[in-house]
Amino acid sequence: MSKKVLIVSEVRDGQLRNVSFEAISAGKAVANGGEVIGAILGEDINHLANSLLHYGVDRVVAVNHADLKSYTTDAYQQALLQVIDSESPEGIIIGHTALGKDLSPRIALKLNSGLISDAVALEQDGEDVVFIRPIFSGKAFEKKKVKEGIVFATIRPNNIAPLEKDETRTGEITNITVDIRDLRTVIKDVVRKATGGVDLSEAKVIVSGGRGVKNKEGFKPLQELADVLGGAVGASRGACDADYCDYSLQIGQTGKVVTPDLYFAVGISGAIQHLAGMSNSKVIVAINKDPEAPIFEVADYGIVGDLFEIVPILTEELKNVLNVKETV
Amino acid sequence: MNIFVIMKRTFDTEEKITISNGQIDEGGAEYIINPYDEYAIEEAIVLREKHGGEVTVVTVGDREAEKELRTALAMGADKAVLIENEDLDELDQFTVATLLATYLKKQEVDIILGGNVAVDGGSGQVGPSVAEILGIPQVTTVTNLEVSDGKATIVRDVEGDEETIEVSLPVLVTAQQGLNEPRYPSLPGIMKAKKKPLETLDLDDLDLDEDDVLVKIETVEVFLPAAKQAGKVLKGDVLSQVKELVSLLNSEAKVI
Repeated sequence: MSKKVLIVSEVRDGQLRNVSFEAISAGKAVANGGEVIGAILGEDINHLANSLLHYGVDRVVAVNHADLKSYTTDAYQQALLQVIDSESPEGIIIGHTALGKDLSPRIALKLNSGLISDAVALEQDGEDVVFIRPIFSGKAFEKKKVKEGIVFATIRPNNIAPLEKDETRTGEITNITVDIRDLRTVIKDVVRKATGGVDLSEAKVIVSGGRGVKNKEGFKPLQELADVLGGAVGASRGACDADYCDYSLQIGQTGKVVTPDLYFAVGISGAIQHLAGMSNSKVIVAINKDPEAPIFEVADYGIVGDLFEIVPILTEELKNVLNVKETV
Repeated sequence: MNIFVIMKRTFDTEEKITISNGQIDEGGAEYIINPYDEYAIEEAIVLREKHGGEVTVVTVGDREAEKELRTALAMGADKAVLIENEDLDELDQFTVATLLATYLKKQEVDIILGGNVAVDGGSGQVGPSVAEILGIPQVTTVTNLEVSDGKATIVRDVEGDEETIEVSLPVLVTAQQGLNEPRYPSLPGIMKAKKKPLETLDLDDLDLDEDDVLVKIETVEVFLPAAKQAGKVLKGDVLSQVKELVSLLNSEAKVI
């Protein structure tokens, strides 16, 4: 049975986030031949609508409103509910981002639907769509399906492959006007702190440091390694607790759960709580001076030795190789 | 101030997960207060120390959850409420949020605190869902909280960025790591906790029927991830190890 599915895309720093394209791919699977509509909310965002078409939506509903320039729960909730009201979708897919996490539960309740959060894959089971999601931060997984209401899910960034981009695809772009009122929260200030503009949850490469980096300065070589690969820097709880870095960098069962293509665990012993946050990364490299460290049990490649010696050499070597690649 | 904390009892984060008969094996596991809820409890106590009032910690769970509620009381909360789920075959986030919100609706509330996510289920739905049912605003993943004159000034973590938000009470906030350092229960605290009120409620007490809290999502299967194959620990001097690693990442793993 085909379904009409609404993808709620997300604009950050004037760009559509990758997870929005991944959501289209998930939405196509849920739609099972039905129409896939992309919703885009913001201020002056119509120029981004074509990208949604290129990645596979059939048409776009754009909502432009000054109150949607920055995300607030109230404004986005009101606007999205008006979009849902006019489209009556049978499925909704949103990225499991700060926005998706904050907004989706409230929308689901308003629609009297359940919500499957943080899905990393989906499969068809007869008439039903089954979502696969990690529990205990990836120590186990569960398959979930909807019992009542629409098929509503948030998807974790970096896990569901987007469809091939096709710039010849076209489709209708409709603007709808929404009424937003009585906003209860006011944003007074925003301080950008995200490392080098690469967000941990969407980073393809992460270089994480543990207690082994010894102090704040010790993160410098890790940052340089991350920069060469266009990646982000993370940390273990040990490093955060010791105040070597900000808690926003913490990866683990408390902290962020990440699934990059390439994860460097540098000076991290590999406590269970840290492994939960990163062991589903595609390729894991461990660098640690203790050959008995549990991190080597999950690592694809390990180097036993002094990180302060190894990391700078690795950075230089990668620079050389990547330069050669670029010039070929 | 009337301060409420919604809390969940979870497996200790150092627990390994095993499955028996298609379910997560709960036998012998160590339980803790969900670490994010611990930040919420600490912040609630700090608020009461500054502004006066009372801290009530509420949870949905079975009798065993009394232990974690007593821990919260030993930290300094004033009252605890256990909403028993033993009549229910299945629970999902809708069930839990409805139970909590039904209780909270009958209370005078200035602020509700909770963790932004639980380290077991990990959906992060319950906080915002409770706020929606109660019709109050929410601020999620907060790292700083100041209350004065019926208003809260809140710093929240948005994927690494810091957003400062102003909102009128009542409000529901969910705690992010970095909000505070939760205190350990002191010995006098533990002694006092034994005498603090712990109320147990069931569906009848909340005027709810099982039909009001039926799950909307069902679990089809629970499984463990495929075991990772032991990796390759490289050999030789540092430079040759690094060269080999780069070549493996390039040609074998194909990630660079």
